[in-house]
Order: sequence, then C-alpha cells, then structure tokens
Amino acid sequence: MTFVLALTVGVLYATGTYLLLRRGAVRVVFGLALLGYAANLLIFTAGRLVREGPPIVPPGALAPPVPSADPLPQALILTAIVIGFGVQAFALVLLKRTCQEAGTDDVDGMREEGS
Amino acid sequence: MNLLLVLPLLVPLATAIATILLSRAPRAARVASFAGAAGLLAASGFLLAATLDGTILVTQAGAWPAPFGISLVADRFAAAMVVVAAVILAAVVAFSAAGIDAARERFGYHPLLHVLSMGVCGAFLTGDLFNLYVWFEVMLMSSFVLVSLGGERAQLTGALKYVVLNLVSSALFLAGAGLLYGSVGTLNMADAAVALRALPAQGLPSVVATLFLVAFGIKAAAFPLFFWLPASYHTPPMPVAALFAGLLTKVGVYALVRVLTLVFNRDPGFTSPLVLAIAGLTMVTGVLGAMAQTDVRKVLSFHIVSQIGYMLMGLGVGTRLALAGTVFYVLHHIVVKANLFLVAGVMRRVGGSFSLDRLGGLLARSPLLAAAFLVPALSLAGIPPLSGFWAKYFLVRAGLEAGHGAIVAVALGVSLLTLFSMTKIWAEAFWKPAPADGPGASAPPLSGVERASLLGPVLALCAITVAIGLGAGVLFRFADGAAAQLLDPDLYIRAVLGTRGGGG
Repeated sequence: MTFVLALTVGVLYATGTYLLLRRGAVRVVFGLALLGYAANLLIFTAGRLVREGPPIVPPGALAPPVPSADPLPQALILTAIVIGFGVQAFALVLLKRTCQEAGTDDVDGMREEGS
Repeated sequence: MNLLLVLPLLVPLATAIATILLSRAPRAARVASFAGAAGLLAASGFLLAATLDGTILVTQAGAWPAPFGISLVADRFAAAMVVVAAVILAAVVAFSAAGIDAARERFGYHPLLHVLSMGVCGAFLTGDLFNLYVWFEVMLMSSFVLVSLGGERAQLTGALKYVVLNLVSSALFLAGAGLLYGSVGTLNMADAAVALRALPAQGLPSVVATLFLVAFGIKAAAFPLFFWLPASYHTPPMPVAALFAGLLTKVGVYALVRVLTLVFNRDPGFTSPLVLAIAGLTMVTGVLGAMAQTDVRKVLSFHIVSQIGYMLMGLGVGTRLALAGTVFYVLHHIVVKANLFLVAGVMRRVGGSFSLDRLGGLLARSPLLAAAFLVPALSLAGIPPLSGFWAKYFLVRAGLEAGHGAIVAVALGVSLLTLFSMTKIWAEAFWKPAPADGPGASAPPLSGVERASLLGPVLALCAITVAIGLGAGVLFRFADGAAAQLLDPDLYIRAVLGTRGGGG
C-alpha cells in the first residue's frame, strides 16, 4: 500500500511540475493544486499507514494499543487542505482578473506596458 | 502563559479587527491603525527587554507541554526581529496617511497590514515547524491581497508571478515538514533537533534540509530562486512595497538561520560551502540586475536580492562573529531598505515619476528629501560611519578570519557596485536639472500634512540608521549575544523542553 501511495505522490509531483512549466495560466494554477495534493499525500504516507488501529486509549490503560494510527499527520493535512483551498480560490480569482486585464492567458504574453 | 510572547500576535490581530469594524470611518481607522502599530512597538520593546539578559522566553500554547503543544520561543534574535518589524509597521502606517489612496483604504488596506505583521511576528516567535508553515501562509495570504489590491494591470501580472512562486515554496516546505515528521515523529524544532542527533546526518535528514533550503531560499529571494521579487515588488504602492522589502524576504532569511543553526546543524561540511556559493551568486546577480535598471523601484528591488547574499554569507561562514554580522546586517538592512522604498514614494510624489530618465532637479526642489535619500543610500553601500559600514565590516572580518577570501572579495566588489548604483540614482534624480518636459514641473509642492506624513517616517528611519552607525558597539554586543545563543542550540532546547533536552 505504501508503495502505491509513494508512486501516486511521484506522479502527482511530476504532473504538477509539468503543468507549472506550461505557458497557459490556468494550467499553472492546476499545477499548484497538484503540488499541494502531492505534499498532503506525502505527509500521509510518511506518517506510516496503519489499518484498523484507532488511537483511542482503552478504559483503564494509559496508552493506545500498539499498533495504532498516528492522528497527527491527518491533523496536519486537514490544516494544509483548508489553507490550500483558500489559497487556490484566491489564485483562481487573481488569474481571472489578470487574464481579463492582460487580454491573454499566456504567461509569457503578460508583459507590462511601458517597461 | 507568558503574555509577552503572545502580545505581538494579539495586538495586530485586535488592530486588524478594529480597523475592519471602522472601515466606514477612514479617519478613525487610520488612528486605530497607528495606535495598533504603536502598541505592537511597545509590546515588542518589553519582549526585547526581557530577553536582553540572555533569557530565552518560552510559552506553551494551551499549556500543553512541549513537544505536544505549540511552543512560542523568543531568544535575542527573534525578539529583535519583532522590534524591527514593529518599527517598520509604524513607519509604513504613518506614511500611509498621505501615501495611500482612499479606494485602497476602503478595501481593507489597514486590516491587511496588521494581519501581515501578525504573520511575520508569528514566524519569528514560533518554535514549531508546522506552525511556521501556518504563519507563512497567514503572511502570504495578506501579502497576496496587498500586492494585487488596486487591480492595475502591472500589479496583477506581477502578483501572479509572486503568488505562483511563493506557493511552490510553501508546497516544498510542507513536503519537508511531512518528511521530517515521518523520520523523527515531531515537528517541534527543539525536539526535532534532539531526535535528529540519533540519526545519521546524511540520508533523509539531508533531503529534508535541502527541501527547507529551497523553500526558504525562494522566500528569501536567494539565487537562483529570486525571479519573483524584481517581477512584483515595483508594482504595488510604495508603502506596501516598503513593508514587503523590509520584512518578507527577511522572514525567509530568519527561517534559514533558525533551521540551519538549530535543527540541521550537524553537517556543516555540506551546508556551509553550499550557502556560501548561494550567497556569492545572490550578491552578484542582484547587483548586476540593479545596474541595468532605470526605474528607481526596480533598482531598489534588485538590491534587496543582492543584500540577501550578505546575510547568507554570515550564515555560510558560521563562526560566532559571522553570525553576529548576519544578525547586525538583517536588523540594519530592514530599516534601510524599507526607508529607501518610502523615499522612492516621496520622489514619485515630488518629481512625478519613478523613471530616472524623467526625474531630475529634486535636490533644488526638496533638499530635505535629498538628505533623506542620502542617509539610507550611503548606508546600503556601506559608507562609514553609517550602519551598513559596520554590518559589512563584521562580515568581512569574519570571512577573513575563517579563511574565506573569495566570498570576502565578492562582498567588497558588490559593495562598490552598490555605491555606483546609488550614486546613479543620486546623479539622475537629484543633481541632474529637471527635464524640460518632465512630469515634475506639474507636481504641486508638498502640503503641511504631506510633509508630516511622508517625510516624518522617512526622517525617523534615517535617525535610526545614523544611531545604529554611531552606536554600533552597543548593537554589536547585542548581536554577538544573539549569535552566541544561535551557536549553542542546547540553550534553546533546554528552554523549550525543560530538563529532558539537557546536554544531548
């Protein structure tokens, strides 16, 4: 399972990087989103995959049973997803306004006037 | 809960909320904004006073003991950075009274300034890597809006580059944090530093260190990752650019210093030459870029890049004197650089343009402005007895003592080119007679309010630059103490983890 996820992370990074290098601004924003997903999945995988071991301390015990899943990576990812969602929404609006003002979605075509 | 560590976060937050509530009363919002900046300055002053004797203040958020909760930590370096951030914020807010248009003020200019400051202070004070990521995002989000607020075409195209490159940096930082958690099971910097001692320095820790180096390098605008900076910093209004120029890249430098001295300090044979090479190339490319420009804002933007190289030089050399030089350099540079951008704003107001071709005769029109330009410009180039001379002197001496002749030669050469660049602005904008068809003739003279609001903060920052220059010994002793703390991570670790981290 770890192997499959690791492979997925790699594919996401490769696709994201490829999209970032394209000239179309929409692709660039999608590339950013994919990089974010890749990082989230990487944290999830790096945090060790444990099935059917909720980190709940049984009554009377002082520590959760071993092996149990580590909840912290998921808390980190949740935070990162929320932040990423806000940032991507902003990037899309910025992209729309920029394309309207510049009259093109070609990143190389967006030169400023008069400089 | 140590209130001193929390106030630099709470004061900007409360001010941001107050200025949002007052958005229909711009005059009251301005007063509240300045009061908030003054409050932050006072709070940071108390924080600095509490760290002067070498105490490392620590508080655990929610009273969860480290490493389970989020630690807020202030050593000398962090506290001093918070103080300078507050100084710049106060200067920018004062400048904004006449230096920003009413439309931007209506659409959340003041709240954004304070949220940005909260993010910056949070990044300086946090002792947790994931929390650092969150503060970076707080800072970035408000800077994204500030850089695009106004919606002019140049601003938007600049903002797009700024946003994309900074988000790439955040994604890399996040990946680094995830891998670090995967290998040591903690993100508390002190705890991670202890845990990493049990692992070999090569392998996964090197990968994580490199990810952090790239991520913070993008934020600090180090070679070869600086391209977003000259593409975007000249587009927003000058008070915004001054705040960015003073603080944002320096947060990246601060994060690099913190991480490389505290967490990834075990492989200097790998990091030190790498950082030195980056430092030299950053200096050279930045200053060469600046020489090719004729727009005051772009010249100044490229000089930010070049100056980042000096700060990294101290980190690369890595001795106590070199780190003291870096601390001194960062503190001096924030004041000088923000001031130069504010001066550029006044030059635009008085001379009608940012272009060196179209400016001219400013010395005759406003001798006070000319003096206010000369102080930070000569300080940037490193002319004694101003602050920049001492900053460079300590770095060069540290480089020579440690036997890094090449980087010292580069630093001195770049310093000469910086002087050339500053004299170019001086000759073109101030000495040259105003061009006959130039825009300066139609610009009305400064009103009394404008003089107070625009020149007041500029002259105050000039006074700080001169004071640092004349009292360099006092600041150097402080910077030396900060460097001693940076070089002895056990102090930091013991302060955060209590007895558990002792010795190591």
